[in-house]
Amino acid sequence: MVDAALIGWSRAQFALTACYHWLFVPLTLGLAVIMAVMETLYVVRKDDFWKRTARFWQKIFGINFAVGIATGIILEFEFGTNWSNYSWFVGDIFGAPLAIEGIFAFFMEATFVAVMFFGWDKVGKKFHLASTWLTGIGASISALWILVANGWMQHPVGMEFNPDTVRHEMTDFWAVVSNPVAVTKFFHSVLSGWMTGAIVVIGISCWYLLRKRDVRFARSSIKVASIVGIVGTLAVMFTGDGSAVHVARYQPMKLAAAEGLEDGGTRAPFSIVPGVEIPGMLSFLATHDIDGFVPGINDLLEGYVTPEGVAGLSAEEKIARGDAALDAFRQYRETRDTNPEAAAEARKILEQNVDYFGYGYIKDKEDLVPDVWLVYWPFRIMVGLGCLLLLLMVLVLWFEHKNRIEQMRWLQMASMVSIPLVYIAGQAGWIVAEVGRQPWAIQDLLPVNAAVSSLDKGAVMTTFFIFVAVFTLFLAIEIRIMLNAIRKGPEKGPEDAVAGE
Amino acid sequence: MRLWTEISSVVRFYVDGFRNMTWGRPLWYLIILKLVILFAVLRVFFFEPVLAGRTDEQKSDFVGSELVDRSAVQADECPGEY
Repeated sequence: MVDAALIGWSRAQFALTACYHWLFVPLTLGLAVIMAVMETLYVVRKDDFWKRTARFWQKIFGINFAVGIATGIILEFEFGTNWSNYSWFVGDIFGAPLAIEGIFAFFMEATFVAVMFFGWDKVGKKFHLASTWLTGIGASISALWILVANGWMQHPVGMEFNPDTVRHEMTDFWAVVSNPVAVTKFFHSVLSGWMTGAIVVIGISCWYLLRKRDVRFARSSIKVASIVGIVGTLAVMFTGDGSAVHVARYQPMKLAAAEGLEDGGTRAPFSIVPGVEIPGMLSFLATHDIDGFVPGINDLLEGYVTPEGVAGLSAEEKIARGDAALDAFRQYRETRDTNPEAAAEARKILEQNVDYFGYGYIKDKEDLVPDVWLVYWPFRIMVGLGCLLLLLMVLVLWFEHKNRIEQMRWLQMASMVSIPLVYIAGQAGWIVAEVGRQPWAIQDLLPVNAAVSSLDKGAVMTTFFIFVAVFTLFLAIEIRIMLNAIRKGPEKGPEDAVAGE
Repeated sequence: MRLWTEISSVVRFYVDGFRNMTWGRPLWYLIILKLVILFAVLRVFFFEPVLAGRTDEQKSDFVGSELVDRSAVQADECPGEY
């Protein structure tokens, strides 16, 4: 038997690690683009000011990169220890993208990060610029493979279950890589990193403006960052729209939970906050048709038929098919060596019901509903903060363009306050994605109660608190080193020396 | 010979880079400390992979039994347990 507390602590530990990891990753992705644009300006305009500007942001990038490095490796430790059934069950489908990610992360990032930091006076300008861009591209490609793996967990495709090895085997690599959920998730996540990088650069630059120091550096940084941030945020909104369509299609319970939608239907309303709704908006967002049918939580549990006559199975029917799949799996294992005919029959039944394999572990249909409040509110926090930060970046760019940014102390203060907000938005997004798909470790195929390892829950609790201590220590160190670097500011150029005299 | 020259120039690039670091040096100490904590402490003492030391066949049998057993206990389990 698996203790519910063990599942809870194992999930909490994984969530903690993933949340800390996601503190470092988006800034890496966003700063990489911003500093590459700045260095491009240096190479194109042949102005050393842009070189000093790029070098300062590379220093911030380096601090974040150094402290964040290898945080993700702990997730892989946890797969093997806390989620061993899952790790074996997913087979090479999960392992292949992670292996590719490891190779890319190691070779691209290790090579080009080194050239970027050590090569300023040792390699040509264009080679150095290429290295800076390739550092960012390498980080994005690393993210691609991680998100391919994550996308597969949300919408498993391109595989076949082998009951002999008890593993999923990849039958179509391209289907796994081009999984629409993974592709949308990749762009959505990476571009949200642009947003994070932009807000951090704007916030730090505004600190310089408030102190009336390094003004040219701060204003130039604001200009580049706000343009990158606005482009990134608009693209995040566009990919968010695609993500809504995919969630509606492949994970309708997540959408229903994110909207707190008990009973669905056509012209489903979009809830802004409880009690305030826009009629038909949810149908439009989920299906791109204001009359589109969106099932609610009760529809998904009890079964439904859309106006077009498409039927959705009830939870009980799915659980029955899951039971049939698991029973056939058990019979196959018992008879494969002694009774080939019975084994063949069992395998046939398993193949007919394998898409519902995980439902065999669901004892109560209510277990199929994630914590609604923990999906509903983070979704609103993510979207609300995203809109607020877009407005902030537009205002910052506008006042910078009008040469009034230095007088706008309230906007400078607001920009500094926005730094934690962009992180909250990113974390909220992941909470929607991951809590919203509960109870599944792999959608429809393996719930967390079957995926988790049989460990001593005390050991999992201990490591949870060790992680809290270690991660918080590293985060505090990062913030301290970063604040020191910010206080020191960018390198001084000839024009600063003249101003000083 | 030419390959050796190229390799040594790459090595020299890294060695010089590390030697001339100013602000980056404490970061490298931090990276090394972190990797020691991750691989020499957490990995060794807290994260023993459950399936380590088994052959693929044994792993299949183990996970297969786990998956079958967990479905079988669903019906008569205690409250608060899966």
